[in-house]
Amino acid sequence: MNWLSWLSDFFGSPDRQHGADSIVHRIGEHLLLSGEALGLAALLAIPLGLLLGYTGRAAGLVTALTGTARALPTLGLVTLAVLVAGVGDTAVLVPLVALAAPVLLVAACEGVRGTDPDLRDAARGIGLTHRQVLWQVCVPWALPALLAGLRTAAVQVIATATVAAYVGLGGLGRYVVDGLATHDFPQTVGGALLVVLLAVATQLLFAALIRFALPTGLRRPRG
Amino acid sequence: MGDEPLVRWHWLGTHVDYLRGLLLDHAVISLLPVLFGLLLALPLGLLCTRFPRLYQPLAAVFNVVYALPALAVFVVLIPYTGLATQATVMIPLTCYALAVLLPTTVDGLRAVPEPVRQAATALGYGPWRRLAAVELPAAVPYLVAGLRVAAVSSISLASVGALVGRGGLGYLFITGFQLTFPTPIVAGIVLVAALALVTDAVLLLARRVLAPWARREAVVGR
Repeated sequence: MNWLSWLSDFFGSPDRQHGADSIVHRIGEHLLLSGEALGLAALLAIPLGLLLGYTGRAAGLVTALTGTARALPTLGLVTLAVLVAGVGDTAVLVPLVALAAPVLLVAACEGVRGTDPDLRDAARGIGLTHRQVLWQVCVPWALPALLAGLRTAAVQVIATATVAAYVGLGGLGRYVVDGLATHDFPQTVGGALLVVLLAVATQLLFAALIRFALPTGLRRPRG
Repeated sequence: MGDEPLVRWHWLGTHVDYLRGLLLDHAVISLLPVLFGLLLALPLGLLCTRFPRLYQPLAAVFNVVYALPALAVFVVLIPYTGLATQATVMIPLTCYALAVLLPTTVDGLRAVPEPVRQAATALGYGPWRRLAAVELPAAVPYLVAGLRVAAVSSISLASVGALVGRGGLGYLFITGFQLTFPTPIVAGIVLVAALALVTDAVLLLARRVLAPWARREAVVGR
């Protein structure tokens, strides 16, 4: 078992401590790229999902569309985007947003649509406008579903951003791809381990957020 | 990219056999793991309904498994299973499928209303016969919902395996990128999506045959 020596090779190397190839720098790149993609997807998909969920229109269409979007292979989209648009953050952002947006769209739509109908009727009955019902009743009700959707999307984006390194971008995928290309196995395994740790940490962060940051009234079993 | 068009139809025409071979390889490395996942999820799900205390820890473990990036897991497996072997890609995909299917199996087996269960017992059904005649059929809509998610994501993930040498249609992405020739990439995307949609349609058909009473589909949160 030479795992330990590989990992100490990787983490002990001076290249990993300072400069463009250091672990801290690569994690920063990875988080920045994933954060941009997630933020952009949220900006596009969540308002649309809330609206579609509130009006109840096109809900079937949303589900069908998401199924199709899930079937698109990200590696293919990344390579195609780079060939068409050239190497750059934009080329990788497009596939990552395409990956995260459907998840968020469905979470927002289903979350709002699942609002207790009695609650909505009561809110209308005491004189709230549609806008107020959406913001004060439906959005809080959908919050657990939205957070769960954000968690899934974030984990998927972080995992997939690794692939971005294949087309020449930074992030933790660099270690994996460069290691594979040069048969530097310690580097590949070290990079893979770091991605796994980052994904699990994100998962735990959202689990904690769902558990502790939600107001007591919103906590439901199986949110 | 210059004047290179997005699709050169001529290339597609001369590579039909090549594309068919990749499609077949892709179907095997992405769909067999879903089948294995189902075969593992059924007994595990049964255990979890019989011993409910088992479920929480198992679900937590598979939640973490689901969060593991595919490329990273492929890479970590290489020293054990070798580069460019089917196992390197199929073992992680089986784990992902199991991670999706275990909760849906448990939900499905728990979906039988208690009075129905008692009625079956009163009619003289033993535990095994009740399982085969009442509980498993009741679980079918849940299982199909889980299988749809597992199959579609497995098909899309399998192409990442091309980076470690075994990816079926994923090769087309690598080839196209290295040659700056978009035709194979477009063909790969279309074929992967088509394989996913056909699989999805087959699963829906299976549900209609096996569980004709299930009109509205069970919801799976992934």
